[in-house]
Amino acid sequence: MLTFNTLVGVCFLYVIMLFLVAFVADKRARRSKVRFLSSPMIYTLSLSVYCTAWTFYGAVGYAARSGLEFVTIYLGPTLVMIGWWWFLRKLVRVGRSQRVTSIADLVSSRYGKSNLLGVLVTLIAVIGTTPYIALQLQSVTLSFAVFARDRSAGWVIPDLEQTAIWVAGGLALFTILFGTRNLDVNERHHGVVTAIAVEAVVKLVALMAVGIFVVWGIGGGSQGISAAIQQAIQAAPEGAWSLQGGRWVGLTFLSAAAFLTLPRMFQVLVVENVDERQLATASWAFPLYLFLMSLFVIPIAVVGLAILPKGENPDLFVLTLPLYFERDGLAMLAFLGGFSSATSMVIVASIALATMVSNHIIMPLWLSTRLGVDASEYRDARQILLSARRLSIVGILALGYFYYRISGGGAALAAIGLISFAGVAQVLPAMAGGLFWRGASRSGAVAGLITGFVIWAYTLFLPSFGEAGVMSASMLADGPWGIAALRPQALFGVDGLDPVVHALFWSLILNCSVFVSVSLLSFPSPLERLQAAQFVNVLDQSGPARGRSFNAATSEDLLVMAQEIMGSDQAQAWFQAQAEQQGKQGYLPDTTPDFIGRLERELSGLVGTATAHAMIGQILGGTTVSVDDLLAVADETQQMLEQTSQLEAKQLELTTTARQLSEVNEKLTQLSIQKDAFLSQISHELRTPMTSIRAFSEILRDGGANDPEAAARHASIIHDESVRLTRLLDDLLDLSVLENGQVQLYPRREVMREVLDRAIAATSSVIDQEKMHIHRNRSDEGVALYTDTDRLAQVFINLISNAAKYCDAKDKRLAIRVRQRGGRLQVDFVDNGSGVPLESQSMIFEKFSRLSDQAAAGGAGLGLAICREIMDKLDGSITYLPGQSGAAFRVTLPIGTQSPFGRTWPSDINHL
Amino acid sequence: MRSQREPLFLARQSYRRRRVEDAARLLPLLGVVLFLLPLMVGGEIGSVRLAFVFSSWFILILSAMLLARHLGRDAEQRPIGSQSKPLAPSEDPAGRR
Repeated sequence: MLTFNTLVGVCFLYVIMLFLVAFVADKRARRSKVRFLSSPMIYTLSLSVYCTAWTFYGAVGYAARSGLEFVTIYLGPTLVMIGWWWFLRKLVRVGRSQRVTSIADLVSSRYGKSNLLGVLVTLIAVIGTTPYIALQLQSVTLSFAVFARDRSAGWVIPDLEQTAIWVAGGLALFTILFGTRNLDVNERHHGVVTAIAVEAVVKLVALMAVGIFVVWGIGGGSQGISAAIQQAIQAAPEGAWSLQGGRWVGLTFLSAAAFLTLPRMFQVLVVENVDERQLATASWAFPLYLFLMSLFVIPIAVVGLAILPKGENPDLFVLTLPLYFERDGLAMLAFLGGFSSATSMVIVASIALATMVSNHIIMPLWLSTRLGVDASEYRDARQILLSARRLSIVGILALGYFYYRISGGGAALAAIGLISFAGVAQVLPAMAGGLFWRGASRSGAVAGLITGFVIWAYTLFLPSFGEAGVMSASMLADGPWGIAALRPQALFGVDGLDPVVHALFWSLILNCSVFVSVSLLSFPSPLERLQAAQFVNVLDQSGPARGRSFNAATSEDLLVMAQEIMGSDQAQAWFQAQAEQQGKQGYLPDTTPDFIGRLERELSGLVGTATAHAMIGQILGGTTVSVDDLLAVADETQQMLEQTSQLEAKQLELTTTARQLSEVNEKLTQLSIQKDAFLSQISHELRTPMTSIRAFSEILRDGGANDPEAAARHASIIHDESVRLTRLLDDLLDLSVLENGQVQLYPRREVMREVLDRAIAATSSVIDQEKMHIHRNRSDEGVALYTDTDRLAQVFINLISNAAKYCDAKDKRLAIRVRQRGGRLQVDFVDNGSGVPLESQSMIFEKFSRLSDQAAAGGAGLGLAICREIMDKLDGSITYLPGQSGAAFRVTLPIGTQSPFGRTWPSDINHL
Repeated sequence: MRSQREPLFLARQSYRRRRVEDAARLLPLLGVVLFLLPLMVGGEIGSVRLAFVFSSWFILILSAMLLARHLGRDAEQRPIGSQSKPLAPSEDPAGRR
């Protein structure tokens, strides 16, 4: 016979077993034997905190009242899980890469590590979850009461409130022991998760055992059940078993949204997740779990309705059916199942909420009291953080208990499940928008959250207290101040909807539209944009963005702070690993941006993103890795790019200059070589006549030539040679004078014809000797000149004698043509020889350049060089004219009387 | 960004993997359609619709299991970044990428 003492004893044993399981798992995790603990199955089972006592007991009651509709609460999560590739995968990836500790941390981190958002989400979560915790306490006390009532003859009726306070106290103890035992950088709790997995199995086994007993034990198999269903449908009030489209769709959506945003679900789904394979397995295994959990709900409900006396609370059919048939063991199992559902939910929810409250409310407050302190002031941070967690757990459970006491545990509390769902679902737009839309901004998220929360409170939460609560009956019926459009349960005249669907519709629609429109209009801060990019592109991201290096912070300060928060050993090990990674010995790595970023992420696993950001900011003297820095770096990069391009341009310029310089250098080298060649040529030219003069003069002196005729010949040779020497020296002198510009010109008026006549006359001996014919057109030659005609004649003489000497035609002819072209006078000297070879044309005006030695005796090779200098001085030019019948030279002269000398005359005077 | 890095056409194996991913994305859509279907018929819920909801639920679970097998294997084969590398939490060098 089941006594109350046995019940309490079994309960106690069960709890002790849970303690042991948690303890062993924690120990194994500490010894790094986590393979089993991080197996996908444990993960899947831990997700079952979704199934609370409300779903364990309540689903049957729900099914008894409105048929199939209870299943929507499971269909939403099923859709989310089988669509994991689309949403959950990204969420989990973000959670792991950003070391997210809670849903408040996720939202805060996404929107520029804003603590305001963290606080907002925390408040919504606390307000949404506290009634839910109260609901769990109620279910546990109710289930105790069921046993008490049925055996009232033999049992002392337990004080329900005392039961509730014992349960709340025990849960607080368990949660503190295993939830805040260690400050894990990943915020994972292996002990708790394993205990919850065990509870999940108990839940499932209990409900299925009851279901199997009901279907095949008392219900008469599937035939009997379908008959019972028909009977239940007929007995039920009109429309209870028909599907209401609005509620069906609305509740499915609501449960899907709540599955993602409930703090406890976020805790097990994202924070406790270790790798992606867990998610892959859970994507089908968790829906299967839900499927099995709901498989026997309808049979239990219809059989309970058919067999149990009228007025029995359908919420407790799971317990009362076995008790009715005196199956005490089964009833015990069912009780433990309900107990497990309640406790696992409370434990995880209070851990999640405590993390949020301590990271987003208590730690920032504590930090703000010690602004501008150095690292040693964080001495007690770790202890404060742990105390904050523990205090928050106690506070949350106390809140839940008081809520239960105040609400009186009535039917109003039973409805709170969906209300709570709708409250936390307000976080969904900010969360989903943050994951998929880079344009989602902090202001948008804040505005959307506040809007959604206010409308939820106004249309659903406050009216749920009933007419005795915050809202009066008249306000519910007619709206505030009689404004019908503002009726809480028929906002803007929409009164055809179920209250929950109505509130969900308006709160989420307005939440989304405010969120989107404010996001569209606002401009996010740089840090927000950086975080947005990291979140949205998490699936194809290679690494975090980098900031600039810090010189202000020493890694010692950071180590001191990290030790206080992470614990000495862990912090030292971590710093050592980082230093090693940088290739350094010891505990102090360089404070590279990479290192700072990693430290911040590490700390954010403990204290939340915003707090970690603020702490590091304090140590670094406010110069933390902000995006302003990044942008400054970007600016610097831009400047450097510009400088680089300028440098490139300069380099190009320098290259050009260098090329020019090397060309000039080459020319200079050539000139130097030419000069050397010139000197050796000169020496040679001077030495040859000198030698013969000396030889013949020696013969004469020694009287070697007694024959007077020979003596005369020798003397004439000496004379000839000295004439040649003189001529050579004259030429050189002439050339040097011309080249130095120290020449005196004597311009006078003369006609071209006369100049040519004189030149031909001067060369007549050579012409006659070489039998050359000269062709002239004397009528063209009547051009008046005003120039130094003696010098011009010298040029002509040179050209004519050259033609006479070098023309290799048998019948030598020279044509002299004079004409005017474009204000200048051209005099061409064209012979009928073979001309000058192409390769030599550029050289013939150089000094001592002779094409061959065949007629070398004639001159030293200075003639044309002198001609060129003369023509330069006369402001004209002399060029070789290629492409004629033979060698052709063109002498160009300016016409006009004064012009050439108007310029050159004064400068020439100066040289005198 | 993805399109810049990845080629336009894929090898048969990668192509198959892509289509599995597509199927995984579309599966919840199928679920929505299946769960909306019972609304298309009016009146009280009978055994038929009850059976329909539960059997379509079960089919979804089975398909999700098949897809998860493929996707999970792929996740093991090619860790996307080092983040998806399965690391035991206590060995996790925390942020070392």
